[in-house]
Amino acid sequence: MVNGKQKLFQIGLHVVFSAIVLMCLLPFVLLIMTSFTDETMILREGYSFFPSKFSLDAYAFLWNDKENIFRAYFTTIMVTLVGTFAGLSISSLLSYPMARKEMPMRKALAFFVFFTLLFNGGLVPTYFIYTQVFELKNTMMALIIPGLLTNGFFVLIMRTFFMNSIPVPIIESASIDGAGEFKIFFKIVLPLSLPILATIGLMQTIGYWNDWFNGLIYITDSKLFSLQNLLNRILLNAQFIQSNASSMNMSDISAGAKIPMETIRMAMAVIGVVPLLCAYPFFQKYFVKGLVIGAVKG
Amino acid sequence: MNTVAAKTTAKEEAGIKSGRKLGFKKKLSNSLRYWPLLVMVIPGVVYLFINNYLPMFGLIIAFKDVNFTKGILASDWIGFKNFEYLFKTSDALLITRNTLLYNSIFILLNTTIAIAVAIMLNEVKKKFFSRFYQSVVLIPYLISMVIVGYLVLAMLSGETGFINKQLLPMLGIEAISWYSEPKYWPIILTIVNIWKNVGYLCVIYLAAIIGIDPEYYEAATIDGASKWQQVRAITVPLIAPVVTIMTLLQIGRIFYSDFGLFYQVPLNTGALLSTTNVIDTYVYRALMNLGDIGMSSAAGLYQSVVGFVLVILSNYVVSKRNRDNALF
Repeated sequence: MVNGKQKLFQIGLHVVFSAIVLMCLLPFVLLIMTSFTDETMILREGYSFFPSKFSLDAYAFLWNDKENIFRAYFTTIMVTLVGTFAGLSISSLLSYPMARKEMPMRKALAFFVFFTLLFNGGLVPTYFIYTQVFELKNTMMALIIPGLLTNGFFVLIMRTFFMNSIPVPIIESASIDGAGEFKIFFKIVLPLSLPILATIGLMQTIGYWNDWFNGLIYITDSKLFSLQNLLNRILLNAQFIQSNASSMNMSDISAGAKIPMETIRMAMAVIGVVPLLCAYPFFQKYFVKGLVIGAVKG
Repeated sequence: MNTVAAKTTAKEEAGIKSGRKLGFKKKLSNSLRYWPLLVMVIPGVVYLFINNYLPMFGLIIAFKDVNFTKGILASDWIGFKNFEYLFKTSDALLITRNTLLYNSIFILLNTTIAIAVAIMLNEVKKKFFSRFYQSVVLIPYLISMVIVGYLVLAMLSGETGFINKQLLPMLGIEAISWYSEPKYWPIILTIVNIWKNVGYLCVIYLAAIIGIDPEYYEAATIDGASKWQQVRAITVPLIAPVVTIMTLLQIGRIFYSDFGLFYQVPLNTGALLSTTNVIDTYVYRALMNLGDIGMSSAAGLYQSVVGFVLVILSNYVVSKRNRDNALF
């Protein structure tokens, strides 16, 4: 009898979680379905999970506008690669010496890094420093630099890893054998630190990939838009597709085809989110690890 | 991290004491010997100086009448004028109220729901399923707020949205023009926030639950305790420290809000400002749309300073409860 009760309990759990899973996923299904719906059906029936007429018009239209989309993808990929690599390099170089007892001025440095978590100047001065002092407005650097470390958070997590997981005797014996500090760092410490580098690198990659805020404030030239900025602009201003596209494909539009505005917007969002969702199962494990490290050890 | 940090600071202190005994000359030679370590930190130190410290000094513009022909540094000092203007407007009260109310509700609901989901997730017997469920609840946390904006639009769009065209007609309710009625937005934003962030908290709490020694549960089962009794007497008390820390950290950031949630999800709609404007969006709009540097920098400084005090206070409370879990 106890067994039967337990089985019932398990079934109940699965029912609850099925509902939760549906709540998480259905909005994406709706998005994808609408992007494949015929525009006239949308105007008549609204967005629907079971559209009565399918159509690829939206994707056909976006294919004509592919240069913009490919350029945005290229910007996003470049920014993500360069930003993650540079960010990881800078933070590991900063956190490793902080983990070494021999480091001169170690306490002052730790405070210097830590204080950035407590207090920040906020948007206005940051904006003026990057636009007036460094003149980064409308450059790709504006998408990369503000996110390199953001603040000292990942640096402190890395320092903890270096202190706990790199045995001091290894460093000492290498030093006795005549290896210099740089050699020790690159040949011994970094290879031993691959797990933390991978985890933090993943979090940075996701951060750069999803970032739209820096583009919103620093980029006004649509040629430099990242994918998220393009999506952002289209979301807030549906006419943006029209104005952007009409300059490129006058012929298509004057040919009489009405622009399927509603479905194009949704198709654009699908193009923006589907690659990330497809990659998710492969990095899911490390993503969870990154979140837990950040919360518990931060 | 924190236990380790405490231990190492003790060691550090010992090191520094001996360092003092060694005297200045030895210290200098120590610095010289470890110069490569000093070189390594240069890029990071320069970066944090530019990205974090320069803006802190830049906060002085809140006390200036910024005039670009004179340059920011040479602009006239005007004392607290900018703050007088800011706090004379009804906006100051509105954005403070919105920020605090929204964040309080978010903290309360997110924490409760996340703990409930984490406890249930831990009860799922089949490993495959519990992993699958955990991955799915994290998907909303993975995507950007821009995408969330699209998803909400697909649901709420006035003319074509799923709710207006499919759901409400089925219930016999007339269409609602969601994007022009501020009164619905507290609920919409709360639901969106839960949808997006519960997965994250859930993962954190699940990690804490998994860390509980299974012997407690075995002993309880032998004594005939029901599942519900076990949850109340074992799970909840044992994850309480983690919950407290996470909550206090969120309270420390109660003056900051998720800019994307309040800007992208309502599609930056002016008609909704009474219930969607928070300090972050106010600063952004004052700076970028109105070009009102005085007002935006005053609001920004107000946020930075009160935010700082709250972080320090909440950390003080954490350290009172449990020294190891405090940030400092």
